[in-house]
Amino acid sequence: MGELFSQFNILGAFWVTIQLTFFAAIGALVIGTVVAVMRVSPVPILRGFGTSYVNVFRNTPLTVIMVFTSLGLWQTLGLVLADEQSQHFFKDNNFRLAIVALAVYHASFVCESLRSGINTVQPGQAEAARSIGLTFLQNIRYVVLPQAFRGAVTPLGNTLIALIKNTTVASVIGVAEASFVMADMLDARADVLFLIFIIFAIGFVILTLPVGLLISAVSERLAVKR
Amino acid sequence: MTDALPAAHVDPDGAASTSGRPHTGEPLVVLDHVNKHFGELHVLKDIDLTVHHGEVVVVVGPSGSGKSTLCRTINRLETFESGSISIDGKPLPDEGKDLARLRADVGMVFQSFNLFAHKTILENVTLGPIKVRGVKKAEAEQRARELLERVGVQAQADKYPAQLSGGQQQRVAIARSLAMDPKVMLFDEPTSALDPEMINEVLDVMTKLARSGMTMVVVTHEMGFARKAGDRVVFMADGQIVEENTPEEFFLHPRSDRAKDFLGKILTH
Repeated sequence: MGELFSQFNILGAFWVTIQLTFFAAIGALVIGTVVAVMRVSPVPILRGFGTSYVNVFRNTPLTVIMVFTSLGLWQTLGLVLADEQSQHFFKDNNFRLAIVALAVYHASFVCESLRSGINTVQPGQAEAARSIGLTFLQNIRYVVLPQAFRGAVTPLGNTLIALIKNTTVASVIGVAEASFVMADMLDARADVLFLIFIIFAIGFVILTLPVGLLISAVSERLAVKR
Repeated sequence: MTDALPAAHVDPDGAASTSGRPHTGEPLVVLDHVNKHFGELHVLKDIDLTVHHGEVVVVVGPSGSGKSTLCRTINRLETFESGSISIDGKPLPDEGKDLARLRADVGMVFQSFNLFAHKTILENVTLGPIKVRGVKKAEAEQRARELLERVGVQAQADKYPAQLSGGQQQRVAIARSLAMDPKVMLFDEPTSALDPEMINEVLDVMTKLARSGMTMVVVTHEMGFARKAGDRVVFMADGQIVEENTPEEFFLHPRSDRAKDFLGKILTH
């Protein structure tokens, strides 16, 4: 097993997985929050946009979005996210395109998680906020969202775990994350096929299990007392 | 429009009563032919009501008579279809910043308190002044502590709403509204969710507030409060204002059959 680790950069591959997860999670959280606010806003156009966003991205396979970022956004529409002169151009560009795909896709799930969180906030909270003169955005920011996030910890955590595993889809546009390296290894070392599978399965469990434990702990601690 | 006429009378204990004070003040809240439906149900039928500066109007009536809706319509937590509402001469704006600004001038106390569950008592009271009025934090906190002392919950300032009793929470809610220096305060059945022993501590605060000259619209089932602190009683039934009078007159000599029936049911025990 030691030779597998020296022959292939397994830890490096998982490091790429972690980086993809980290940046995509931040992107998804920001986009998802904005879309969720649109979906509960009093402006019909924004509500319509939010609903369309969720319906489009939640119902499109991630692989399709991933391939589109590479073939559509980059190669056809010319969206370049890295320095074209750099010798790491393909690596960097694909990595960033993958983050875009992961972020916009998971944002739809973040939005719906948050919306379920918003539904846990009693309507009286928003009414009281309106009655002291807070505007819609102030109401959302100071009263509704802080409580909605607490109510949404569990579904948000589920989305994060799904995101960690969905980073494997980035391999279709050549990002050398864990599953990409795994496929390489399976080609080269079919003799230890089961060992390779087990290494990667355990690798992902090591990433996701603590997230699950953290979610449980956080949701218990943050639960809004009524 | 029948205004409350000054009824010169004297309390049993000999002290001059504060109820039935003359109201020569300017009109503050004016509802003009307000109509509202919930689907098929006509909940507010052609409501005309004027509340003057410094006046305490108590709205009573059976459940489902539209009195809570009336209260919520005044600061547009409920929309209405026709008619107009103006506050201090300004018509109620539609959604947006103007409406938010107007709401800041209209305090509201809810049946279910609605304190911000994730904020401390002190933060509950300072949020509005800081974010809406732009008051500095230290200044807002000092004012908040004064208000909390005025309603008797200063010791709870750093706790969260869930740690307080219902009566304490409702008094904090009153302080939260007062912190905005409202022109008028609306009370939507403020004691209906309280245990009997906590009702008085809230009513005491409201009575003091009424005596200090605050303009108030109070929807309540507390007839004692209506008698003690009210300047005028508005009796609603089936979405209409059926009768308006001074508390004294209303309770002793109700004119309409609907009011006689209502009072007969609640005052016999």
